[in-house]
Amino acid sequence: MNVFMKLVATEFRTAFREPVYLFFAALFPVVLIAILGAVPSFREPSADLGGLRVVDVYAGIVIALSVAMIGLQGMPTVLANYREKGILRRLATTPVRPVALLGAQLVFSAITVVFSSVLVFAVAGIAYGVPLPESPIAFLLAVVLAVAGVFAVGLVIAALAPSGKAANAIGLILFFPLMFLAGLYAPREVMPDVVQTIADYTPLAAGERLMHEAMTGHWPNLLSVTVLVGYLLVFGAAAAKFFKWE
Amino acid sequence: MTVIEVKNLSKRYGDTVAVRDVSFAVEPGEIFGILGPNGAGKTTTVECIAGLRVPDSGTITVLGREPRDRSLRAQVGVQLQESELQEKLTVREALELYSSFYSDPADWRRLAGDLGLDEKLNTLFGKLSGGQKQRLSIALALIGNPKIAILDELTTGLDPQARRDTWELISGVRDRGVTLLLVTHFMEEAERLCDRLAVIDHGEVVALNTPAGLVEQTATEDQTIRFRPSAPIADELLTGLPEVSRVSRQGDRIEVTGTGNLLHAVTSVLAVNGIVAVELRLEQATLDDAFVRLTGRAGEEHPS
Repeated sequence: MNVFMKLVATEFRTAFREPVYLFFAALFPVVLIAILGAVPSFREPSADLGGLRVVDVYAGIVIALSVAMIGLQGMPTVLANYREKGILRRLATTPVRPVALLGAQLVFSAITVVFSSVLVFAVAGIAYGVPLPESPIAFLLAVVLAVAGVFAVGLVIAALAPSGKAANAIGLILFFPLMFLAGLYAPREVMPDVVQTIADYTPLAAGERLMHEAMTGHWPNLLSVTVLVGYLLVFGAAAAKFFKWE
Repeated sequence: MTVIEVKNLSKRYGDTVAVRDVSFAVEPGEIFGILGPNGAGKTTTVECIAGLRVPDSGTITVLGREPRDRSLRAQVGVQLQESELQEKLTVREALELYSSFYSDPADWRRLAGDLGLDEKLNTLFGKLSGGQKQRLSIALALIGNPKIAILDELTTGLDPQARRDTWELISGVRDRGVTLLLVTHFMEEAERLCDRLAVIDHGEVVALNTPAGLVEQTATEDQTIRFRPSAPIADELLTGLPEVSRVSRQGDRIEVTGTGNLLHAVTSVLAVNGIVAVELRLEQATLDDAFVRLTGRAGEEHPS
């Protein structure tokens, strides 16, 4: 096993010893979809949602939730902690570059999102007959773009936050409005047009829209793809420029 | 060949000058100490040598290379102050992980044994005591079989037994040919371990010598003898000796200050006069005294 894989394995190992974080990151979305699907009216097709059921729409929304919890809160907190505790500094004195640890945490986070998504579709599909996306490739692309755009924002938090606690607080402040716009509290279809327009330019909502469209067999719309690639480039560059290693 | 060469190193943070015009050279196989009060610039100096900071001016070469040369990372082991590990990583996992970073690592089991960590291999880092964390930190600095080990405040936080064990380990590491650069503000450690010392104060090197040389260089009076004579003795018997510079009395005790072979001279006179020196104490200048004279401050006898 090469050193990078060892670092990734270490991220998993330490995460498994943080049951609260692991629960929220990996299991909370599937628990949420299970609860929502248990409500009978959420299993009825709704004209407001274009004939989809609430539980179908929420499959994508809870995956966006997973992306947000991991990308805006978990990952930035872990990375800011690594800096605060001098772990990145210690690594800088070894043949391994500190950026490798950052990469390992990103890989761990991305794998956790994928795991969480697979679990959501498995449970929702078996329990409530939620279909797999009609365009699986478009859906996968939507998840990848959502992860890329949101994680870039998370990396800026990790770059600027002076401590793990601060990173966690900043992540929480961003989490609620972004999650609201992505439809966690009410699907975007029921939001006023102006709110939907604002939402189109935020990373989580853009990602959720792509997932939603892929559920019904649509190819990614250019606006949402552009928005997410834009977040990746702008915030990725900012994180690279401002990230302090100590 | 010189292992580490520092020439005219200067580093400031904003308006604060941390290090000013520091120069010294570390020779192969020696234990070189950087001694100084808190905030004197010791850590900044070693961080520049470890390639973690870029000097404002001056040059540093380590094994003939520039400190930021990445090829040095495999050959220089560093133990930093206040550098932690993941809370939820066990000692064994940390040792295994860090040894995988190097192409020719030391046997981590042996290292853990030498540092008294073998009982703690399955303990999470977050559950270790301060001293245990410190010992793990030393182990990680030595795990890559380095040619040079830089150890910043090596034994801070260790209890007296662990401190002595660590000194023994460090001597053993030197015997294997590793060059050691120690930062300390603890006199006994400097005296016991270091072949040569640079004393740094207010960012400048104020002395560079062997521990014994520093004591000699700064000593004003060599030694003081205190005793209680078994029978009355006249001052003149003592002041008449060429070695004695001063005699004073405190109650029934006599204090004799002087140079050269003072003890022999005084005890000979006493013997000739049939007097026995009771509760005899000989005090010689220590590194502590030298440090105080050089920096005008008291060094720390017992690190917290």
